[in-house]
Order: sequence, then structure tokens, then C-alpha cells
Amino acid sequence: MAAISREEVAHLARLSRLAVTEEELDTLAGQLDVILQAVAQVGEVTAADIPPTSHSVPLTNVLRDDVVASCLTPQEALSGAPDAAEQRFRVPRILDEDVAS
Amino acid sequence: MTTTLPAYDEVVARYEPVIGLETHVELGTNTKMFCGCPTDFGGAPNTRVCPVCLGLPGSLPVANRAAVEATIRIGLALNCSIAQWCRFARKNYYYPDMPKNYQISQYDEPLCVDGYLDVEVNGEPVRISIERVHMEEDTGKTLHVGGATGRIHGATESLVDYNRAGIPLVEIVTKPIPGAGAMAPEVARAYVTELRDVLRSLGVSDVRMEEGSLRCDVNTSLNLPGEQWGTRTETKNVNSLRSVERAVRSEMIRQASVLAAGGRITQETRHFHEDTGDTTSGRSKETATDYRYFPEPDLVPIAPDPTWVAELKAALPELPRLHRRRLQQEWGLSDPDMQSILNAGAVELIEATIAAGATPTAARKWWLGELSRRANETGVELADIGATPVQVAELQGLVDAGKLTDKLARTVLEHVVAGEGSPAKIMADRKLEVVSDTGALTAAVDEAIAANPAIADKVRGGKVAAAGALVGAVMKTTRGQADAKTVRELILERLGVQG
Repeated sequence: MAAISREEVAHLARLSRLAVTEEELDTLAGQLDVILQAVAQVGEVTAADIPPTSHSVPLTNVLRDDVVASCLTPQEALSGAPDAAEQRFRVPRILDEDVAS
Repeated sequence: MTTTLPAYDEVVARYEPVIGLETHVELGTNTKMFCGCPTDFGGAPNTRVCPVCLGLPGSLPVANRAAVEATIRIGLALNCSIAQWCRFARKNYYYPDMPKNYQISQYDEPLCVDGYLDVEVNGEPVRISIERVHMEEDTGKTLHVGGATGRIHGATESLVDYNRAGIPLVEIVTKPIPGAGAMAPEVARAYVTELRDVLRSLGVSDVRMEEGSLRCDVNTSLNLPGEQWGTRTETKNVNSLRSVERAVRSEMIRQASVLAAGGRITQETRHFHEDTGDTTSGRSKETATDYRYFPEPDLVPIAPDPTWVAELKAALPELPRLHRRRLQQEWGLSDPDMQSILNAGAVELIEATIAAGATPTAARKWWLGELSRRANETGVELADIGATPVQVAELQGLVDAGKLTDKLARTVLEHVVAGEGSPAKIMADRKLEVVSDTGALTAAVDEAIAANPAIADKVRGGKVAAAGALVGAVMKTTRGQADAKTVRELILERLGVQG
């Protein structure tokens, strides 16, 4: 059985705002499936006493003092923006969505 | 819609509501959650941004110690357990209010879990269970342009300011609250009010709902008695305490009308409209898995030292509910009297007035009497009425010293509210001080006696009560600026009668 279905790839493409053609879906679903099956081999050697790794360094509590540092100028901030207006980043309209929080 | 909505009484007679509240509070730290950009409100667009909060390649976030500490203190004040080890998570979504295409939040490992907040609703205690308190970052502000209304629908493009992106945000989530019945809207409001007071007492945020530093999402569902909980909706854009109550009530009525017509409730986000008091549909809610949360690789786990947590707990301030109870005892007030102070939002004002030297009785009299009346008439919050606790205490001091009568004090207070300065200054500027110059008063008394010989004779003849007319005449000539008791004594003395 495939590790990822064509429908799941289409769903992920939609979430990622990628315009994927039908042909590309066929190709990508196949390729992603191979990658996932390869990664799944790791799962075969995991043991119950080994927690999943999320960080490669064994550190905790790397914290910063609450002290103001210098910011970019608006010109610097906007210099890499594809488009800007009124000192703001200009993006195409977004419909049928709202903020995450 | 032309359908007639059911009356609220009918709704609660037939259905049982379950509510839940998600509150976001912007912390009052100097800097953002993961970078050193300042957090103050306002500022020209994109002047408080850096490579970290813009999500530029190669930048790395580092968590703000003060924000972690504030979150732990909030958790402790809400009787939560503090996680010994937890991680940040990426919440992936494509929307330009976050430049990274994800928000750093916490997912299945919140910093604080399983707490509660005791609130009072109409004098009855209600315990609200807290599910979690977690850290995240605020989003940027998006301005939709090109549309007729400035709203998202009809807009042709959006302009984004990232000054707010990355400001530390704490999300406080209640467990579902069943069983509130008809009181559900009041319970929701009481919870947010109490939470706001707790956050304020901790000093972690300025908790201003109108400026968005405290924001509330309200979940509501209805079910028939004995049946499973219904499908819930999440109402956003609830920006005042009053709106919290209105949003729950209007959503209960709307859902009841859908259900009564045989319809189904869609799980969705709804937007509350301050002007009409009702909610309209947003988008259908994506399922949680669509955000593809995973542990944030750029931030190492947080493992608060238990000693640090214990120190923070020991240093918590007296929480508002206990504080109010102590004040009630100190002020010697009955429950209803205390309740009327709470309802008027006058606790802190009265407390400060007493601290400035007034007695509890006097402080309460001014804030609940004259000033509350004016606040109601003009529709402003009592705290914004224009008179300060120090001024009210000073005013009462002038009354106690015999320089102002109660009536004159009210006049002075009007001018204080109008912003003319301190009570003493207004009293002097407007010559409102009680006429205590005995010479001037005696002259006014003699004049009144001379002008009313018949009445004067009656008083001389023993009808002491008739002196009232003479007192009135003196008060008139002194424009009310004499103390009536003193005037009366003086009249009787001049007429040779014993009071």
C-alpha cells in the first residue's frame, strides 16, 4: 500500500498554495511515496525506550533577556518585497480565510 | 434573513448551551517573543521589524525570558500545573499576516495545563476549568484595499504591516462549560472580566480590549436536554466585555432558530458585529491537522527550573477575588453593597480614593452617586469620567473642613469633571467657598430679619420652626454658599431665642 495517496498530495498542494497539474500529481505522488517508504524504514528500528528526536542538540532554556535591539529601517525591510505600497508589503487579495490565532 | 428569531427565554427553555472561551493576551514585555524588536502600540508601518520577525533566511529566533516568566505566572495564578519540559511548535498556514508562512505556537505540549478560575455570577461562585495556557506570537496587521468596505471581501489587494508580528501572545483556553443554562452569556462575561482583572493584577499586560491586547473567541453550541453536545461555532472579533455577553446570547438565539427549523449547525468561524450585535459566517474551519504542526526545530525546549517556578508562585500578588473580599471586610460592606461597587467598576477607584485620605463611606458615596450618575448619562466608563481618586478625596476633605457644603461640593465636582483643575483651585477660582465670614453672614441675617418682620415676630414668639423661611432668605442672598445650620443658629441668636 502506498505511504501517501494521490488525494493527500493534492490536498497538501492546495494547503501549500501550489498549482499542481494532473500529470505533476501523478509524478509527485509516486516520488513522495518512494521517499516516505524510505524514511519509514527508520520506524522499523525505533524502540519504545528511545524518544523521537526533535532537536539535534541536547539543550533547553536558551533564553534572551527582554532588551530592545536595533530594527531594520522600513526601506531595508521592504527591499526584498516583491511589491510595496504605503510602507507596507503589498500582496494579492486573499479570500475566504482569516488569521491563525 | 426574514425569519423571526426566537425569544431568548424560549431558547433556554428548550436547549442547553455549552460555551468555551479562548482568550489571547498580548504581553507587556519590552521586546517581541523571539527577537529584540520593541512592542509598543502604534508606530509607523514596518518600523519594528528585523530579520527574525520577518522570517528572513538564516535568522534564528530566541525566546524572551520575560515572556516565558509572564506565561508561567499567568498559569500559576490560574491554578495550573507548569510543564517540566515543553516545546514550541510550528503552525503552518499560508496567509500573509505571518511572513514565515507559519506561526510559532505550542501544540500538544503547552507550558501550563489543568487549572481553574473562580468567578462570581450574580453573587454565586462558578468555577471555570482551564484547559491550557500556552505561548505563541502575534500576527501582523493586514489592510485590505480596493474593496468598497475595506473588508476582505471585494478587496483587490492587501497591505501588510509586521510591527505586531512576533509580539508575545498568551492563549488561555477554558474547558467546555456546560450547565450554565440561561446564565451562559453572563458566565462568559464574568469569566473574561475576572481573567482581565487577574492579568492586570499580575502586571503582565495592559489588557485593553479596544486596543486588541486582550481578545476573545467564544465557542457556543446547543443541545437538547439529555442529548450529546451540539456542533459548536467559534465567534471571533469580540472586542469588549459587553460584546462577550452579547455574542453568546445572539449565537444561542441564532443556533436555536436553525435547529428549530430542522437545520444543522455548521462548525465554522463566525464574526461578531459590534453595531448589530449579531454574528455572520466566516470560512468553514479547517481541521487541526491541516496546520501540520510539528516541533519547532529552531527553538530548544523550555524546562522551567522548579525552584524558579516556586519563587514565582510565592511572589504572586493577592488575586482580585481575594483582594475584593478583603476590601469588603475592611470597608464593612454588605454583599449587595459590594456588588453594586463591582457592577459600577468602582473598586479600584474607591480603593485609591481611600488611599488618598477619604473614608470608605465618603469614597463610595461620590463614586456610586454623583459620578456614576454622570457616567451613565454620558455613556463613559467611570474610570474615564474626568475626576481622579485624589481629586475626590480632596473634595471630601474640603467638605469635612467645613469649606464646602454638600451642595457646593457637587457644583465643584461638576467643574472637576469638566477638567478645570483641582477642587481647591475651582473653589477659589469660582468663589464657591462656604461664607464663614461672620460679619458678612450677620449682615445677611439682619437683612433677612428686616425684610420679613412678621416671620421674625413669630420666631420671637416661640415658633422656632418659622425660622426656616429666614434661613431660606439668607441662603438666597449668599447664593447657597452658607452653611444652613450655622445660619439657623445665627438667626436664633439675633432674635434672642434658644434653639
